[in-house]
Amino acid sequence: MIAAVLKLNDNQAFWARSLRGILESPKATIGLVACLFLILAAAFGPYLVPQNPYDLAAIDFFDARLPPMSESMNGTLYLLGTDGQGRDMLSAMVYGLRTSMGVGLFAGVVALGVGTALGLAAAYFGGRIDTLIMRLVDLMLGFPTILVALMLLALLGQGVWKVVLALVIVQWAQFARAVRAAALVERGKEYVEAAASLGLSKPRILFGHMLPNCLPPIIVIGTLQIANAISAEATLSFLGIGLPITEPSLGLLIANGYQTLLSGQYWISVYPGLLLLALVFSINIVGDRLREVLNPRLAER
Amino acid sequence: MTVFIIRRVVQSLLVLFATSVLVFIGIYAIGNPIDIMIPADASAVEREAAIQALGLDRPLIAQYWSFLVDALQGDLGRSFVFNQPAVGLIFQRLPATLELAFVALAIALILGIPLGLIAGLRPKSVADETIMTGSILGFSLPNFWQGMMLIMIFSIWLGWLPSSGRGETGEIFGVTTSLASLDGLKHLILPATNLALFKLSLVIRLTRTGVRETMPLDFIKFARAKGLSERRIVSVHVMKNIMIPIVTVVGMEFGSVIAFAVVTETIFAWPGIGKLLIDSITVLDRPVVVAYLLVVVTMFIVINLLVDIVYSMLDPRIRLGDGQ
Repeated sequence: MIAAVLKLNDNQAFWARSLRGILESPKATIGLVACLFLILAAAFGPYLVPQNPYDLAAIDFFDARLPPMSESMNGTLYLLGTDGQGRDMLSAMVYGLRTSMGVGLFAGVVALGVGTALGLAAAYFGGRIDTLIMRLVDLMLGFPTILVALMLLALLGQGVWKVVLALVIVQWAQFARAVRAAALVERGKEYVEAAASLGLSKPRILFGHMLPNCLPPIIVIGTLQIANAISAEATLSFLGIGLPITEPSLGLLIANGYQTLLSGQYWISVYPGLLLLALVFSINIVGDRLREVLNPRLAER
Repeated sequence: MTVFIIRRVVQSLLVLFATSVLVFIGIYAIGNPIDIMIPADASAVEREAAIQALGLDRPLIAQYWSFLVDALQGDLGRSFVFNQPAVGLIFQRLPATLELAFVALAIALILGIPLGLIAGLRPKSVADETIMTGSILGFSLPNFWQGMMLIMIFSIWLGWLPSSGRGETGEIFGVTTSLASLDGLKHLILPATNLALFKLSLVIRLTRTGVRETMPLDFIKFARAKGLSERRIVSVHVMKNIMIPIVTVVGMEFGSVIAFAVVTETIFAWPGIGKLLIDSITVLDRPVVVAYLLVVVTMFIVINLLVDIVYSMLDPRIRLGDGQ
């Protein structure tokens, strides 16, 4: 009971400390606001933009490659111009943002789950299980993520779930290593001993008591890894081995503009790129600040 | 020491073996090897004959064995497109990629170390804040988009530099390189900058952390007490200490530069192994894909192994830690 109350307070303090840390820095506050705005745009944007860019009836081929601020045949304004198929760029970007963010978030969260579970298991059981898991982690971290993702997709082929799978495979090891390190410190503390002497089950100690105390590194790495996942997906899609054309993410939109860039039609690749940059940059700014606030080793300096 | 090296070599061989199994399974078990190895326009009779000839009717283990035996002899199949040995193709294109990677790393170091010094020597100053925010921007910039923007600005709008290809190459000390001619240099600037910006942030951060850790140490205070100029303290005593971690990390990052060269080469049509890989994936030239994967993974394992061995010579704690 007392343990439960303490835990709750610790958790509240943790979230409050994170939020206060962000709000204390103007830069991080702007980053957080931008993140929230982009999340809202991805969630509700498709209902607000002038066009469903993937409804063939809504797009007009005669409107292809119009520069920003031009008007269509029937009078709608193309704020950011149109692409090679006559789609409104702004609408296509909002739909692309949704796809990019969805894939990045989902892959990041699954990697977090898998990595955390394996990291906790390695720290708690020790011995052979620990050695096995950590050898795998060393192996994964020895190769650059983009190379492993490239290898996997070169073998598996395109597809949303294949991209998610590849991203999870390249990202779980970061979480596992950090969680194991944090959990090893926690395992030696008195509250774990107390919980064990109360006769609580191993899973309950592991997930109910140790996990909440390992949260800071998980949150920091999670934020930065979601940004990485979004960036990696865009890169893979740009190379033509990521998402299929039926699921156009920001990376694919930029790739579409690559051909027309050379003939001076810059808007088809510049605007989706700026949006992608804004997304990854704002997440990274928040993540960087969280690392400063939550990492005690850095705070001492 | 010898035991440590033997253990690391055995580990590396195991990783290499595991990779070959994975690549084999990817190509032969998940993918359909018949589609991969036999041109699509072959007739039914030709297909049968080819399946017989390639031994695809044999059990998987037997197939893996002959794949392994061929691979160990440097035979990873012939490219369908170029009709020459896939491994040979990779080694033909490798110098262009290595050149790009080395020049990019050099640019990252030349720009990154001074910026990191400025940031680290005056923490919390405007210059520090600007450089550090810039470095977050640097690793947030999607590399492929940043390359396209370089093309847009410097090739299309300003018309200063060419946007694709390797240009004229010459020879310096018997090595064929773009650095030997003005045309080659012009072609190299944009792709190398594109790849360098990707590592620049890392160099800045490493340098800054190194400076901040070194400045409060006693030997710096002693050097000041001795009356050395601040410039000499930084350029000799601080630099000497922070170069070790920088060189180590950058050495280990060399592999990821090679991997990211795939993106740069695709954008700038640089004729290296990265562009070859993407082209081969697009036209389903699988023997080349397999050859790329195995050659690059082998390169990586060798680099990691060498870094570990050199490091264990410099710092005995590493091999002790591994034994526990």
